Amino acid sequence: MTVYVCPECEYAFDEEVGDPREGFPAGTSWSEVPDDWACPDCGVRDKVDFEKAP
Amino acid sequence: MSEHAHHHEHEHIEFNELDWTDPKRHAWLLGLLVPVIPFIAWGLVEATGLGAFWFFGPVFLYVIMPALDTAIGKDSANPPDSVLKRLEGDRYYRFCTYAYIPLQFASLIGACWFWAYGNLSFVESLGLALTVGLVGGIGINTAHELGHKRPAMEKWLSKVALAQTGYGHFFIEHNRGHHVRVATPEDPASSRLGESFWRFLPRTVWGSLTSAWHLESERLGRSGGSPFTLRNDILNAWVMTAVLLGGLTAVFGWVVLPWLIFQAVYGFSLLEVVNYLEHYGLLRQKRDDGRYERTQPEHSWNSDNVSSNVLLYHLQRHSDHHAHPLRRFQALRHFDEAPELPSGYGTMILIALFPPVWRRVMDHRVLEHYEGDVTRANILPARREKVMRKFGVAA
Repeated sequence: MTVYVCPECEYAFDEEVGDPREGFPAGTSWSEVPDDWACPDCGVRDKVDFEKAP
Repeated sequence: MSEHAHHHEHEHIEFNELDWTDPKRHAWLLGLLVPVIPFIAWGLVEATGLGAFWFFGPVFLYVIMPALDTAIGKDSANPPDSVLKRLEGDRYYRFCTYAYIPLQFASLIGACWFWAYGNLSFVESLGLALTVGLVGGIGINTAHELGHKRPAMEKWLSKVALAQTGYGHFFIEHNRGHHVRVATPEDPASSRLGESFWRFLPRTVWGSLTSAWHLESERLGRSGGSPFTLRNDILNAWVMTAVLLGGLTAVFGWVVLPWLIFQAVYGFSLLEVVNYLEHYGLLRQKRDDGRYERTQPEHSWNSDNVSSNVLLYHLQRHSDHHAHPLRRFQALRHFDEAPELPSGYGTMILIALFPPVWRRVMDHRVLEHYEGDVTRANILPARREKVMRKFGVAA
């Protein structure tokens, strides 16, 4: 399971916990998140801009 | 003021970071003047016996604020980067915004009392409705600052501040719609070159509402849910409005309901005139892969007039806000490379109401910003040919 981080605001999407409020239940893989999904906290970066957490 | 600004620039070079103090620190408390304007109006009516002072809100907005913009001038000093974190962490600034909300509600309740029992004439009641609508409208600015923040309590306070104007959907549309699509033809809240405020107003009000609904439907739909649930942040925010306006009507009687609706419409129209200023004519270009370029400082109009800025929590340092939406107001910075409005918001919202004046003041600034190439601007489609002819380019 991997964590992807918004490069602007550091919002983190952890595949293990997902983001149920956004409609992504725990265990949602990053590839299932649509490409045009924007960061829910800052709104200025899209999924494709996110970086894999080290 | 320029001497003052210069003084701080000079300080940037030599100061010790731990000694840096925010020159606007105490000025932010002046933002709390706005929600007590109805009480000031009442005081003036009592002191002079003149009912005309119920119009003190619009007088403050359209006369006093532009005068202060001119009299006090600008301050473009920035906090040094090294203190931004400390500045943002200082809870004092948060309380300056939280305190707006109880005062806002006190004003609204006070206004209801006067509409119901104050023996005001129709015109005096109208003046009071505009005055208290100003509080609700600028309350949307307070809600804006709070709605961008991560803590759930601040997001909740944002909705509470929006209840007076029935603009709960703003909290969704602004953060998830406007910030994503700003300065593109797809954004209902980015005004276009050649578009008057009066043409922009219905487009942004309706477009923002439908876009917010679409965003919430999409979010709830991902887990198979219907948008008709109280988990829909638009609906639960509107419930707050219904409870607030319904409760006030139950307590003070039907006489207050038309005024409550009127002040809400005036209040959100004020928010929309501010929206109108912020991105007029500015356009993000499409990249080869079909995505829009990232939002840059050049995609927002900025303004550094101290008096308007202090009353609106640095909303006018708009480029930094769009680059870093979570950044708290006290830490927003001025950018030299961002396009600059010729005056403060107080003055510009007045000009926006008069389209010929607005065009004369702003259209050439958009053109200069694009180095004479009007095709790089966000142009109102219906006026595209006219704009092209005016600026000497074949359509």
